Amino acid sequence: MQGAAISRENVMNEIKETAPRRGVPVWAQIVVWTLLVALLVLVAVGLNRAQQGQVQKGDRINDLTLTLFSGYEYNGANQVKLSDLNGKVVVVNFWASWCKPCEQEAADLEKSWELYKGGGRVVFIGVDYVDTEPEARAYLKKFGITFSNGPDLGTKISQMFRIKGVPETYFIDQKGVLQYVQIGPFTSVADIQAIIDPMLK
Amino acid sequence: MKLTPGNKKLRITFLAMLALALGIFLAGQVYRPALAQNPTPTDDEVNRIAHQLYCPVCENTPLDVCPTEACRQWRDLIRQQLSKGWTEDQIKQYFIDQYGVRVVGEPPATGLNWLVYVLPPLIILAGAFILFRALRAWTKSSKAATAAGSGTEAPRDDYVARLEEELKKRK
Repeated sequence: MQGAAISRENVMNEIKETAPRRGVPVWAQIVVWTLLVALLVLVAVGLNRAQQGQVQKGDRINDLTLTLFSGYEYNGANQVKLSDLNGKVVVVNFWASWCKPCEQEAADLEKSWELYKGGGRVVFIGVDYVDTEPEARAYLKKFGITFSNGPDLGTKISQMFRIKGVPETYFIDQKGVLQYVQIGPFTSVADIQAIIDPMLK
Repeated sequence: MKLTPGNKKLRITFLAMLALALGIFLAGQVYRPALAQNPTPTDDEVNRIAHQLYCPVCENTPLDVCPTEACRQWRDLIRQQLSKGWTEDQIKQYFIDQYGVRVVGEPPATGLNWLVYVLPPLIILAGAFILFRALRAWTKSSKAATAAGSGTEAPRDDYVARLEEELKKRK
């Protein structure tokens, strides 16, 4: 039995000594695993960002700058910054000329603007989303829109709000905090007033 | 040939027609360059550029095949820009400025985007290098094993013989 054990051990040792070494160098393993982990981290960051969803009530809205269409300036300036509107209620409306539901609320938005513009405490801003200027101007003219409007260049503003489509309207209070989000068109001026009036108190 | 009143009339008429034809020809020479500089772009020329752009609204739909009204407007915009003499790069840059980088199939290599261009070739090269090293190591080891085996054949046989003997005893 002892002879059998020794012989088995010798055979096993010889197999180990003569078997080909199949290991990958340690440094190569480190490099590959590091690259894989880096890739996974990138994918995780991207997925997290994609799943963030729209900005929510209570979020502070970062400053934004909107270049305005000529003829739709704000106080004579062809650009408007959100930070310049501190102390006022700001209504940011995303629309597009190719958006049929946007047409349903266009007139109501303009009527609401007419009601509030005299008081100087509310500002309406229209952000034209992925549109062409001639069609956008035709849309504004068709509905008699007079409040400030401009194109969302590079879709920077819509990405900041993480909008899902148009029309969407965001109500920001005097301190720059989002208070209400309207997804889809408004159906009446009263609906718009019901959101703005409490913010003015 | 004697110039009769009939002949004279005929000659005047002929000269007048010749002058008119010459005038029309010269006018054509003057205006032709202007027409050549602003030709109406063909659908193929428009779609060649539209194919490289994606609908800013519909996901993953190239602009040349997108059926929506908005996409038709964007193709018209490309047509207008081509007729104004804009180059392909100018048109693409305009769309990027207006609608963001997602309208082009290839994101510009800025910020973290450059990783998309660098990482895949890097990983392939690293994998090829590791495979090369592993194959070389295997080849060397099998050669060493063959060399070791031929030198110690007698003891290996002895070990195998003893192992077989022990196994027979266990049966």
